[in-house]
Amino acid sequence: MSAAPGNPLTRSAPWRGTARVFGWLGISGRTLVIAIPMLWLLVFFLVPFFVLGRISLAEAIIARPPYTPLWERDADGTLQIIATLENYRWLMEDRLYANAYLSSIRIAVVSTIFALLIGYPMAYFIARSPEPRRSILLLLVILPFWTSFLLRVYAWMGFLRREGVINNFLIWAGVIDSPLTMLQTDFAVYIGIVYTYLPFMILPLYANLTKLDDAHLEAAADLGASPMVTFFTVTLPLSLPGIVAGSMLVFIPAIGEYVIPALLGGPDTLMIGRVLWDEFFSSRDWPVASAVAIVMLVLVVAPIMWLQSVQNRRELK
Amino acid sequence: MTGRGWVLPMAVVFGFVFLYAPIISLVVFSFNESRLVTVWGGFSTRWYGELLRDRQILNAAWVSLKVAFWSANLAVIVGTLGAFVLVRMGRFFGRLLLTGMITAPLVMPEVITGLSLLLLFVSMELTLGWPAGRGLTTIIIAHTTFCAAFVAVIAQSRLRDMDESLEEAARDLGAGPVRVFFDITLPVITPALVSGWLLAFTLSLDDLVIASFVSGPGASTLPMVIFSKVRLGVSPDVNALATIIIGIVTIAVLIVGWMLRKQARAGR
Repeated sequence: MSAAPGNPLTRSAPWRGTARVFGWLGISGRTLVIAIPMLWLLVFFLVPFFVLGRISLAEAIIARPPYTPLWERDADGTLQIIATLENYRWLMEDRLYANAYLSSIRIAVVSTIFALLIGYPMAYFIARSPEPRRSILLLLVILPFWTSFLLRVYAWMGFLRREGVINNFLIWAGVIDSPLTMLQTDFAVYIGIVYTYLPFMILPLYANLTKLDDAHLEAAADLGASPMVTFFTVTLPLSLPGIVAGSMLVFIPAIGEYVIPALLGGPDTLMIGRVLWDEFFSSRDWPVASAVAIVMLVLVVAPIMWLQSVQNRRELK
Repeated sequence: MTGRGWVLPMAVVFGFVFLYAPIISLVVFSFNESRLVTVWGGFSTRWYGELLRDRQILNAAWVSLKVAFWSANLAVIVGTLGAFVLVRMGRFFGRLLLTGMITAPLVMPEVITGLSLLLLFVSMELTLGWPAGRGLTTIIIAHTTFCAAFVAVIAQSRLRDMDESLEEAARDLGAGPVRVFFDITLPVITPALVSGWLLAFTLSLDDLVIASFVSGPGASTLPMVIFSKVRLGVSPDVNALATIIIGIVTIAVLIVGWMLRKQARAGR
């Protein structure tokens, strides 16, 4: 498609000059509009992954930048490519990394299950509520999401510490005699993740459950199914796409979480996001940090693809 | 309802208590006279006063606001164009790629986005000489990229719901594609773009991880300063700051929600 004089784009006055230049270059307005978001995302989203991959094959050196270049010219002028799998071998050999990946997956899975257990009844209740109440409850679910994530995690620090609100309350109520250690444990990390990502669980579930056709439920009831049986045989299977979408939206960011384990977790709470952060900011080993990121990327690609396929299916419907 | 009477409402109440109790306690203790954050020492606004005298926090807040403003503007442009291209332009070369690239930043772990963008900026500086050093510009670029994904999601759903016959009518009456976009499509999807802009602005204000990777000396954002303070423990002036932010956000969300509802009703 070329911008011939008949191209409607050239008819609108302020664009005429620019359009003519691009038309002369053989670029149509359509191509130009596609090119802007495409180029931005190519340069600032896709290309960075290639840079990441390439630096994960470099060696750390003390220089600026702190890694070896990809190629070097020999004395006789031939190009030599310098790439090493040393960083990946290092990740395999040091138990720290394997443990961190496994413990990230464990923490993400457990948090996702708890988010589902807390989020499902809320989403169900909101979806089945009559109108004014439904909007208000939905707003109440979304509202914390708009306030600072960092400050919400911080709020739990004051809540969970030894002299914190929960301990004071439990001692006052006579449930416990001495304060419990909750902050700086894995338990606090679970709470932090569930708390932060709960809206991400509730919203897709809510979107799915509002579309639930009452006729299905009535049919089940007419056929003699108890409410419990109806729930497990009709509602739950029909809401499966919402469950998958919500779970992935909690699981994927939880895997790479840094702030929550840093603020709420203890020194022995291993999470891969934290390892990457320390590798980069404390050890200043950019190549190893890149290798950690590449392996983490492999870990989250499968759930991302699953999420996208669920969403594409929903769109086709 | 399948819940037996009280089980479901109890679960819902528990859920909302879980969501709001920590925030409420934070707000209450921000008015505490005592430095011991969890022991009540009487009502006081002392920490708000200290906050206003803290130059470091005020500077960081200013940096964050500048970054958020420009990131939100750029994200709306990139995100809306992306959504428009995907919803209205049919088939084109690289469509699948664009679909993936525009949604992936939504769920990409922040540490990966942050590190990979930093490495890109460093490599670009070495080969192209731009961006020279890191600071405001690099943070704005990074934030634009991940915020654009959120804007695109909102704009896409609005564009899909929009009545296409309006655009067809304009085209039949002889308007070119540019004119149709600015005179018809844009005004119709404006409420969605306002939500998208606000979401991008908040996300940018909120981001700690990506900004930490791509910022340079002298460009500390507010979350970076807060993080370095609270890492060592609870501090009362952060409670005051949190209360101010929560207050502003709550009021803004309520006003915008009310306006969008009113507009939606008027449009019907």
